[in-house]
Amino acid sequence: MSLSVSTQNDPASGRPENGSATIRDMLYAWVVQWGAAVVDGIATVGDIAMFAWQMLVWIFTRLPQRGTLLINFYQIGVLSLPVVALTGTFIGMVLAVQSYYQFHAIGLESHLGVVINTSLVRELGPVLAATMLAGRVGSAMAAVLGTMRVTEQIDALTTMGADPVHYLVVPRFLACIFLIPALTIMADFMGIVGGYFYSVMVLEIDHAAYLTHSRDGVVGFDLFSGVFKSVFFGGMIAVISCYQGFHCKPGAEGVGKAATQAFVYSFVMILAIDLFLNIILDKIYFAMYPAGANIL
Amino acid sequence: MSDSAVEHLIDVQQLHVDFHGQKILKDISVSIEAGETVAIIGESGCGKTVFMKTIVGLIPPTRGTIRFDGQELSTLSPAALSDVRRRFGFVFQNAALFDSMTIFDNVAFPMRQSTTADEDEIHERVLKHLQEVGLPPTVISKRPSELSGGMRKRVGIARAIILQPELVVYDEPTTGLDPIMSDVINELMLDVRKRYPVTSVIVTHDMRTAQKVADRVLMFYPRARLAKDEPQVLYDGPPAGLDQCEDDRVRQFVRGEAGQRLMEITG
Repeated sequence: MSLSVSTQNDPASGRPENGSATIRDMLYAWVVQWGAAVVDGIATVGDIAMFAWQMLVWIFTRLPQRGTLLINFYQIGVLSLPVVALTGTFIGMVLAVQSYYQFHAIGLESHLGVVINTSLVRELGPVLAATMLAGRVGSAMAAVLGTMRVTEQIDALTTMGADPVHYLVVPRFLACIFLIPALTIMADFMGIVGGYFYSVMVLEIDHAAYLTHSRDGVVGFDLFSGVFKSVFFGGMIAVISCYQGFHCKPGAEGVGKAATQAFVYSFVMILAIDLFLNIILDKIYFAMYPAGANIL
Repeated sequence: MSDSAVEHLIDVQQLHVDFHGQKILKDISVSIEAGETVAIIGESGCGKTVFMKTIVGLIPPTRGTIRFDGQELSTLSPAALSDVRRRFGFVFQNAALFDSMTIFDNVAFPMRQSTTADEDEIHERVLKHLQEVGLPPTVISKRPSELSGGMRKRVGIARAIILQPELVVYDEPTTGLDPIMSDVINELMLDVRKRYPVTSVIVTHDMRTAQKVADRVLMFYPRARLAKDEPQVLYDGPPAGLDQCEDDRVRQFVRGEAGQRLMEITG
């Protein structure tokens, strides 16, 4: 690869190496910049892994006090119920709206429930509930822990002999891995109800046919796969959000950035884990049901 | 060597602390005897808060050793370090009270965390220590956001002394307070020392605090503005000797004179 082309840009200078030097400097700066970003990225992944490891060690050695667990279960689980129920209902109805005309065109609208319910319990319920919770719960956790970091409350815990990971992260993690799957089931249920309501009440599909086809098309493994994935989504939201809070930079901007990054990184990881787990779960599914899904 | 180290409550040897390649503390060796009250003074950015957080194990040293009562902190397991920290009381600059808890729960936190005391005993001790710092029992149900800065600092002192620690560390205890409240805090620090056999380390840039409360003053200077081989601790002695110190930088700091620093900043 020759860099001498740039010497033509400056014929009057009498120093043909100047142009080459500029390109070389730019390339050097580019490599340094990207190299630093890659090294930083790898270091952050390592840091998050160590953070998660510390948390797991605490889970298996000493659980937090009941009061600390309950308040986190309430804030993460109970207070998220309305928004998750609403999200689930709308997903179900939107699926009915989107699918109806295609199915109606081929006279199969009575099979709409299979599509709505399978999509909900396998994919849209867990992923959209987790996305909603990454926004509601993840950002809030990052903001609260970030504020505690900035105002030295996390240091205060340490000086009083309380381990901040044990006291602050473990209860949030446990609440996320137990309650996000529970909320996903809630989102699935409300989605199924919403889809049924819109299909039968608004689109006037025969309700007996709708229910029969729905029941035949969805197997227990579909529900299991969605709930199974949501355990990982919950764990990932907790680890990423708590890590962002613990490593928050000072000031209002730092807390805002931690909350934003908690959502963005959680969302990206939800999609990445979803892909990875879907590949594995599909292999298991087709091993268990060689004929595949029986939609029609 | 080890015998002499055990005699000091805190023994810091050749301490170096770097952040992101920048040297904050370089080659600091300081010993603090049990029962002493030491004020660490110096302008913002000189590393005094970093020093204080390092001696209580909140910041790991880059190099060097820190011994508390003969135990080297960097060699302790997390559980052993937690046990040692129970012998410390820490008063943070902005009190660092837990927003989500009432004043009662804040002051009771160290007892609930580290002792098996029942709720009646905790209640009695919380009220006693709040009274010692001049706060009425009516504050116990309030949240930290409902109190003034001076009251929050006093709650922070009550929380720090509730386990009757051997070492109490104050981080800029009078910063942001009016002169009267600053003096109240100074008196409270003296009162804590009279009531309990504590060693105190006070990080401050308030000369009134250093002169009124401390037995000994250490003055730190920012590493970046020192010559290569100059020591970072410019002064180590009694507060009365600060005015007669031969080093101009110490006298200027004590008198609050910008002097040469103004020229450096404004060019």
